[in-house]
Amino acid sequence: MAELLPNTKPLAVNPLKVSQPIGASLAFMGLGRCMPLEHGARGCTSFNKLFFMRHFDEPIPLQTTAMDMVTTVMGPDDNVVEALATIAEKNAPEIVGLITTGLSETQGADIPRTIKAFRVAYPQYEQMAVVPVNATDTLGCLETGFALAVEAIIAALVPDRWEAVHRPWQVNVLVSSMHTPGDLEALRDWIEIFGLSPIFLPDIADSLDGHLIPEGFSTLTYGGTGRDAIASMGQSAATLVIGPSLNKAADLLKQRTGVPDFRFDSLMGLEDCDDFSQALAELSRRPVPPKLERQRTQLLDALVDCNFHFGDTPVAIAADPDLLGAFTRFLTGLGAAVVAAIASAGPARLAELPVEKVQVGDLEDLENAAVRHDAQLLITNSHGAEIARRLKLPLLRAGFPLYDIAGGHARAWIGYRGSRQSLFDISNLLQSFRQEIKPHRSIFWDGTPRMAESGDIR
Amino acid sequence: MKPEDILALQNEPACAHNNKSKSGCARPQPGATQGGCCFDGARNALLPIADCAHIVHGPIGCAGSSWDNRGTRSSGADLYRIGMTTDLNEMDVIMGRGEKRLYRAIRQAVESRHPAAVFVYATCVPALHGDDIGMVCKTASEKFGVPVIPVDGAGFYGNKNLGNRVAADVVYKHVIGSREPDPVPDSAKRPGIATHDVNLIGEWNVGGEFWNVAPLFDELGLRILCTLSGDSRFREVQTMHRAEANMVVCSKAMLTVARKLNEDYATPYFEGSFYGVKDTSQAFRDFAQTLNDPDLTARTEAMIRREEARVEEALEPLRQQLRGKRVLIFTGGYKSWSIVSAMQDLGMTVVATGTEKSTEEDKARILELMGPDARMISDNDQIGLLRTYHETKADIMVAGDRYIYPTLKSRIPFLDIDHVRSIGYAGYSGMIELGHRLCSAIKSPIWGQVKKPSPWADKGAA
Repeated sequence: MAELLPNTKPLAVNPLKVSQPIGASLAFMGLGRCMPLEHGARGCTSFNKLFFMRHFDEPIPLQTTAMDMVTTVMGPDDNVVEALATIAEKNAPEIVGLITTGLSETQGADIPRTIKAFRVAYPQYEQMAVVPVNATDTLGCLETGFALAVEAIIAALVPDRWEAVHRPWQVNVLVSSMHTPGDLEALRDWIEIFGLSPIFLPDIADSLDGHLIPEGFSTLTYGGTGRDAIASMGQSAATLVIGPSLNKAADLLKQRTGVPDFRFDSLMGLEDCDDFSQALAELSRRPVPPKLERQRTQLLDALVDCNFHFGDTPVAIAADPDLLGAFTRFLTGLGAAVVAAIASAGPARLAELPVEKVQVGDLEDLENAAVRHDAQLLITNSHGAEIARRLKLPLLRAGFPLYDIAGGHARAWIGYRGSRQSLFDISNLLQSFRQEIKPHRSIFWDGTPRMAESGDIR
Repeated sequence: MKPEDILALQNEPACAHNNKSKSGCARPQPGATQGGCCFDGARNALLPIADCAHIVHGPIGCAGSSWDNRGTRSSGADLYRIGMTTDLNEMDVIMGRGEKRLYRAIRQAVESRHPAAVFVYATCVPALHGDDIGMVCKTASEKFGVPVIPVDGAGFYGNKNLGNRVAADVVYKHVIGSREPDPVPDSAKRPGIATHDVNLIGEWNVGGEFWNVAPLFDELGLRILCTLSGDSRFREVQTMHRAEANMVVCSKAMLTVARKLNEDYATPYFEGSFYGVKDTSQAFRDFAQTLNDPDLTARTEAMIRREEARVEEALEPLRQQLRGKRVLIFTGGYKSWSIVSAMQDLGMTVVATGTEKSTEEDKARILELMGPDARMISDNDQIGLLRTYHETKADIMVAGDRYIYPTLKSRIPFLDIDHVRSIGYAGYSGMIELGHRLCSAIKSPIWGQVKKPSPWADKGAA
């Protein structure tokens, strides 16, 4: 059990937290033919678009209602209507995610009324779904914004009726923002090898994995889960929920459809993976396939081979709560000591992590805690690079944003193979930075050629 | 090398193996042999001389798979980390161009790397072929003005231990005694503290572990003329004949050097180890006693009290975790009991120890430490070793790197104490490191995970 320490600093230094609207936008980027629309000032969206462009190396579909001073004071509802109409006309998306920001929430935007106004004014666009999400950036973080959007998508696009299981092979998969496109690809393979057919909500693998299309470029999402698929979620045999930040969204889905769900905190490390494989075996009524058994034994092998690198090794982690939890449990399971756990937000469930304390804070907190506890490894996003350089420590890049490496979004962390690769990578990082015994230079060498030798060579 | 020369090297009067079992020198059994060759042993013994070029004269088989594979560390010069071989090819062998190639190889090494000296290691193919390596080295040395030293220890001469002796013989004949030590620098002279010159023989500075103890030598006024050969320099090896006392560390590999220095220069020597608290303290006591300096003795005792108190405090929490844990040790020779003593220091129960290369003397020490029921394992059969592990209900295996993977794959915690490791365990601080490593190896949560059957193991399809 961990003590959950709230953030008490007036100044956030080197922020870890990213806003809720950006998380909500990300969720919409995993829907097919979708355009997220942020209801706020143009700057919000400009920053957010660049943030994702650098992270995914992709053109990012993201629009803004472009609130300015006058419309903010006089009421920006017309901006929303105009933005929706413009997007409908120019891009013809199937879904628009209408996301509020700190500015529109503070101003007091009445989103349902605005959508109604749009419907009245533009009946020709009635086929275009508009999914509203209240995602002020004065609360939460990327992860919570993402979760709010998933919940909103369920509320708007999944029919509110209990159906019989029409598709016993079909499973719904709610995946939290800690997953990369690479993770989702691995997850799809994992589920499909049992003969099951997953509907991901959302599916950023299909849209943001990075693949060239014949058209060259699209103003909408390149892929993602379509409306029809979302509408059929009530006919699935089960829902798999990965990431506790989606608990509320999962509750809503269950309430609307009656589909039973299985919830997992994360899919990193042997035990998490075994639990998930076991659930799939039960759902599919099939044995665990030999291919997966093989991957499992490969992970076992890596666990014994790499065990030397982890024993009591102090690690400092800063991430959104789900990812922080996943890494903390993964590393603790390897025998490492998570000496600093910094979260961007403080949901109560963080108190269950196997660490002494979880601090809600920023990357300055990470840096200070890493120094205080003599951490040997940092795990955080690309903003940690400068800190790692200052502290002369290895950095494992994970979370958002990853802007100084190629393919960060393509990496799979989860599953037997992903866990094994993480084991190898962390072992290698630790090994290449391991402090050996410091050379001793004898007092008797004064005046001899040995004094002229440059020191500290391994 | 002539057969009689090899025989002469195998006869080491100061070696306890010499009297009774010559297991270390026995003929290997084809089909059931592990462990390296004479070349391997010769190069390992001299490679830590950090400012020298070490050229392997032979086809790529000898150096290609083995260069830069040692855990030995240098405080500065790093030429020893550069792999060098003549990489003899088919035409060199057929046309008899090995010598010419070696000569040109030496020139390249000297011109491009400016070594303090060059060691040339003979291997089987040129030995069979009949290259006159001694003559090439002599010519090259005269031509390039750098000592070039032939090490005639071809692999088929014998085992690794013989190679160590070849190396010892070579440095004794070619290097030791060729230079006088530097004067003691004024800055290192301290009132009331006499400076004594000493050597350490057979200490390899694995993972830099000797740096755990080196500061204590400085403190006591013991100037190390040379460590043969961990973190040493060529010009230091040259001065070894001037030491007042020699310590043969842990391994009998280079005992010959100590014996010859004793015969030719009347330098007293003793055998000791820096593994474990007791042994480390004993080593310093032996220096004080051998040097016969009462003041040094007093300062040594004070240092020992201080260091033991320090290490005691750090070890206490580790002991609580290790107390009663059962350890199976499999190593050879002197280490078979020096490690036993170190483990017992940590409160662990040693359930068995290997005696592969141990002498009768070593075995007597084991009995003394472990009691009359001490279980000794003399052969290196890995399956038998794992059986013993389970029979003795051990919690961890401590052995050399050859055993690491059979052990780990059997889901058994393992601690590597081989010379290719890069973690230092010597001295007082090394003992703390060893304690930490043992703790984390034993209590790693992964053992529970890898031993547990998968949730579906017994059920098949659910």
